[in-house]
Amino acid sequence: MSEKHFKHKLYVKENKAVAFSPTTLEKINTIISHYPEGQQKSALIPILHIAQEEMGGSLNVDIMEYVASLLSITPIEVFEVATFYSQFYLEPVGKYVIEVCHTGPCAICGGEDIMAYLEEKLQIKVGETTSDGLFSLKAVECLGACGSAPVMQVNTEFYEFLDLTKIDTILAELRSKKELKKPEEQTWKERLS
Amino acid sequence: MERKIVLEHIDVEGIQHLDVYRQHGGYLSLKKALKSMTPDEVVTEVKTAGLRGRGGAGFPTGMKWSFIDKKSGNPRYLICNADESEPGTFKDRYLMQHIPHRLIEGMICAAYALGANKAYIYVRGEFKAVIGILNTAIKEAYAAGLLGKNILGSGFDLDLHVHSGAGAYICGEETALIESLEGKRGNPRLKPPFPAIKGLYQCPTVVNNVETLANIGWIVNNGGEEYAKIGIGRSTGTKLISACGNINKPGVYEIELGLPVHEFIYSDAYCGGIKGGKELKAVVPGGSSVPILPKELILKTIEGVDRLMSYESLSEGGFISGSMLGSGGFIVFDEDACIVRNTYNFSRFYHHESCGQCSPCREGTSWMESVLHRIENGQGKTKDIDLLVSIASKIEGNTICPLGDAASWPVAAAIRHFRHEFEFHVNHPELIKNIKHGNLEKLDVKN
Ligand SMILES: Cc1cc2nc3c(=O)[nH]c(=O)nc-3n(C[C@H](O)[C@H](O)[C@H](O)COP(=O)(O)O)c2cc1C
Ligand code: SF4
Ligand code: FES
Repeated sequence: MSEKHFKHKLYVKENKAVAFSPTTLEKINTIISHYPEGQQKSALIPILHIAQEEMGGSLNVDIMEYVASLLSITPIEVFEVATFYSQFYLEPVGKYVIEVCHTGPCAICGGEDIMAYLEEKLQIKVGETTSDGLFSLKAVECLGACGSAPVMQVNTEFYEFLDLTKIDTILAELRSKKELKKPEEQTWKERLS
Repeated sequence: MERKIVLEHIDVEGIQHLDVYRQHGGYLSLKKALKSMTPDEVVTEVKTAGLRGRGGAGFPTGMKWSFIDKKSGNPRYLICNADESEPGTFKDRYLMQHIPHRLIEGMICAAYALGANKAYIYVRGEFKAVIGILNTAIKEAYAAGLLGKNILGSGFDLDLHVHSGAGAYICGEETALIESLEGKRGNPRLKPPFPAIKGLYQCPTVVNNVETLANIGWIVNNGGEEYAKIGIGRSTGTKLISACGNINKPGVYEIELGLPVHEFIYSDAYCGGIKGGKELKAVVPGGSSVPILPKELILKTIEGVDRLMSYESLSEGGFISGSMLGSGGFIVFDEDACIVRNTYNFSRFYHHESCGQCSPCREGTSWMESVLHRIENGQGKTKDIDLLVSIASKIEGNTICPLGDAASWPVAAAIRHFRHEFEFHVNHPELIKNIKHGNLEKLDVKN
């Protein structure tokens, strides 16, 4: 087999040194301690979440090999998992990843209009990233919030009962580079509103 | 019929915090269970209660617990299934967000009954806010000696941790969930062996839904017999119903099982009728996997008896004229909703979420999606409708896990009850182009 058969994006290695900060490593060791002796692989998904969040918003081979070494497992075990779950991105994404729910309950409440409007406003198609690297647009399946349809998620924040005016406001807010509040920093009232 | 068990005190300010929760009777069940009951007595109460799994299948919880292998001497595990990804279902998120201690209290009682010293809550990765709330609540419980070593001086130890998924509907299936918790792809396992014998790390494991576990505290406090008095027949207790779609009041409602479907849809205490004064067309009563029923069959059975919100009544008539209570994801479609478009949408969902292990599911869901796409876009032929029925029947029952069935039931039922809409699509490709799917209010703002 020729070399080119292996040139899937995933296998491009940048050979950049990656490492977590000592604080993050401490957090990771706590997570590993939640599982029985010898079952440290269980911590893989939680650690990949942290890696993605702290290392630029997506995963590459260098990061995945590093995570494998932390857990004393083989890199292929990490690739297998990273390619299976939809929350892990294997290609670079924008600063804000807008994920619009396009499943039935949202669709019958106008989810398709929301998606079309976002495509128009951002001048990109689903799956693409704006040229300034600010926004990626994705279609995702049911986010478990169908009672507030139509729904979308930007990074980790939910936006519910959407209409086109709300989209305008949200985009303007994000463009003004206002940082999203992390869920753990919100009061529970803010989260529910 | 107003009866609150899992959502009791939900409106109390600050109820998500331990001190407020305890002021309202929280964690009393723990004292009772740990100090005056043996583990087997707890199991017996849950059996007497007739509690059935609220995750979808409705399997009797006490019976599931009694299957757990206590002889092997291996450590036992309790896992709470908070993967909640079935389209139309959002009750567990609501419960965990507003009253997380209800779940934790139930889990401690359940772990005691099972003799499990380690428990996990597997939460879908998208629920980041919920994970934060749960972690705070767990920390409070540890600090108060309700978790950890020697709980309330009883000698019983329990460690409880939240584990995050990463976006995969299939991880709601209990053996896929276990694989995922072990740090692998969410590929369901062949059963048997069942998790009660060989589950997490090949040790005896019970997987229960959030709502199921949230009932346990009440049952311990009040006894299984009292619980069994609530509800109707073998559908005991209450059920959380998450109502969505074209209704006036979408949201999560706790109903006493046995409430008439008509009342649930039209009463102001629940859905509040169809949005915009439109007519009801159809309902998917138990999450996207269960058969869709047209108005006539959701309100009354084929015999003309009022349909009730219960396991038995909703499934009366089998799949010919009935459906299922499932997870309680109640999706309502108004007269303008396009059933073909929605069936295509659900098919795309199942194709996307198939783990790909079994060919009938992997290939079949892909075929159904593309045939439905063809029909929805005006390129279908009459024989495509029968082709769909045939594909669905070939997936059903021929796969490792029930996702295959879950993918075929909605297609088969939509064609059974709404064949005319499929035929209309095939026969009038030029007319269907103008059907708008979904109504967004204030659509005109940009004009
Ligand atoms: C494809 C598939 C998805 C499922 N998703 C969920 C889910 O999100 N939440 C859940 O509690 N059960 C889900 N289940 C059911 C679980 O396999 C299992 O039966 C349930 O967690 C058992 O808990 P219970 O007896 O308390 O209902 C799913 C099953 C299948 C086949
Ligand atoms: S039925 Fe589908 S989801 Fe289930 S194991 Fe088979 S391929 Fe995977
Ligand atoms: S369908 Fe969009 S959140 Fe469930």
